[in-house]
Amino acid sequence: MTRKVVITGLGATTPIGGDVPTMWKNALKGVSGAHTLEDDWVAKYELPVHFAARCSTPALEVLSRVEAKRMDPSTQFGVIAAREAWADSGITEVDHDRLAVAFATGIGGVWTLLDAWDTLKEKGPRRVLPMTVPMLMPNGVAAAVSLDLGARAGAHTPVSACASGTEALHLGLDLIRSGKADVVMCGGAEAAIHPMPLAAFSSMQALSRRNDDPEHASRPYDLDRDGFVMGEGAGALVLEAEEHALARGARIYAELAGTSVTSDSYHITAPDPEGLGATRALKAAMFDGRIQAEDVVHVNAHATSTPVGDKPEYTALRAALGTHVDNVAVSATKSQMGHLLGASGAVEAVLTVLAVYERKAPLTINLENQDPEIPLDVVTSSRALPAGDIVALSNSFGFGGHNAVIAVRSV
Amino acid sequence: MASNEEILAGLAEIVNEETGLAPESVEMDKSFTEDLDIDSISMMTIVVNAEEKFGVRIPDEEVKNLKTVGDAVSFIAGAQAA
Repeated sequence: MTRKVVITGLGATTPIGGDVPTMWKNALKGVSGAHTLEDDWVAKYELPVHFAARCSTPALEVLSRVEAKRMDPSTQFGVIAAREAWADSGITEVDHDRLAVAFATGIGGVWTLLDAWDTLKEKGPRRVLPMTVPMLMPNGVAAAVSLDLGARAGAHTPVSACASGTEALHLGLDLIRSGKADVVMCGGAEAAIHPMPLAAFSSMQALSRRNDDPEHASRPYDLDRDGFVMGEGAGALVLEAEEHALARGARIYAELAGTSVTSDSYHITAPDPEGLGATRALKAAMFDGRIQAEDVVHVNAHATSTPVGDKPEYTALRAALGTHVDNVAVSATKSQMGHLLGASGAVEAVLTVLAVYERKAPLTINLENQDPEIPLDVVTSSRALPAGDIVALSNSFGFGGHNAVIAVRSV
Repeated sequence: MASNEEILAGLAEIVNEETGLAPESVEMDKSFTEDLDIDSISMMTIVVNAEEKFGVRIPDEEVKNLKTVGDAVSFIAGAQAA
């Protein structure tokens, strides 16, 4: 008998809200978190992209100065989201040897790494501070969360570019099902709004260049989409073995019914145009959760707003769900908060869980002329999800051909 | 050249920045590890910041001899005088 895994705590810090209640209120209202960057480095380095979606609440408004000093900005976001999720779960006592962490990042401590390199060049090796290594390592966020919670059943860091956050949930589910842990703090964190990643993503033509209109730049499924908007932040979810949650009388948001990870083995960055890897991931997650296409009422799509990325996901959804795809309410929440890279899957998982729990789908904004090659039922105005037993899916795909899907079932 | 009082005040500021300890708790007879609970990574950060602030070099092998705040103040004062 497979252990059932439920979600009992949610946390987030994002461009459309520094906590879950604010983010959720805005996600249902439809707001843009993208704004022109005021930093002097935009002009200094003549960056082709002048905007991004920064977290609406700066980390230093939440963490103490001393605490923040020892963390890369990505870890700061991760710890903020994890603390909110932990408090939200209401867990007061836990066997720390049965508490694990699966906290992802796509890039890791890029600010710390590049600041230290600048310091080395300008001031020499003596000025490169001793905390540099633990701050830049990609497992820094998982380690910090583990320290914060006293989690001693392993602290893991799945890294699969923009699929990382979703892969963390895949790992978390496995840890509980296989009996290695009873509770897992899962999540993803990213803080890469730095001139170098902006230049690098620009150079591969991945970012929108709608510099005169940042709020309308992220427009998944729109004919005029021209790339994604760089976002930042973190999402966190407390996964718990059902019997553990029931024993303490926990509020259960939903069941994490199934997850999957597949790899395209097609191209290092381009998605398989037929969406074959994504199709296999969708089918595998549904198989894992014993889900029929007809059970699915909502999808939080990966939908980054790139010209080449949005369509193969549609192809995959149609292949996996058949004609039932026409009855599914699809939300592309990156339209509001941009692309949080390795954090996106975790934040979108939080939104997917809330959609199932509250029976409401978050909005897709900026869809003015829907691409006729992507005839999905996109949620652009308030939409209630049906009563009864429902399932929602959330997709994430990453450079490297990583595909990860989670399936969330109502309880 | 700074007076011992000025060095102490500057050091207290660095310690506060790194650890959040109140500057007035950084007193001459306080031990960095026993009294101020400063770990080795924080200590190295404080040393590096003190080097920049006071324009001196504190060799790595010297750091282990700086048990108290007073030890550090004396070393910095001596290094500035040298």
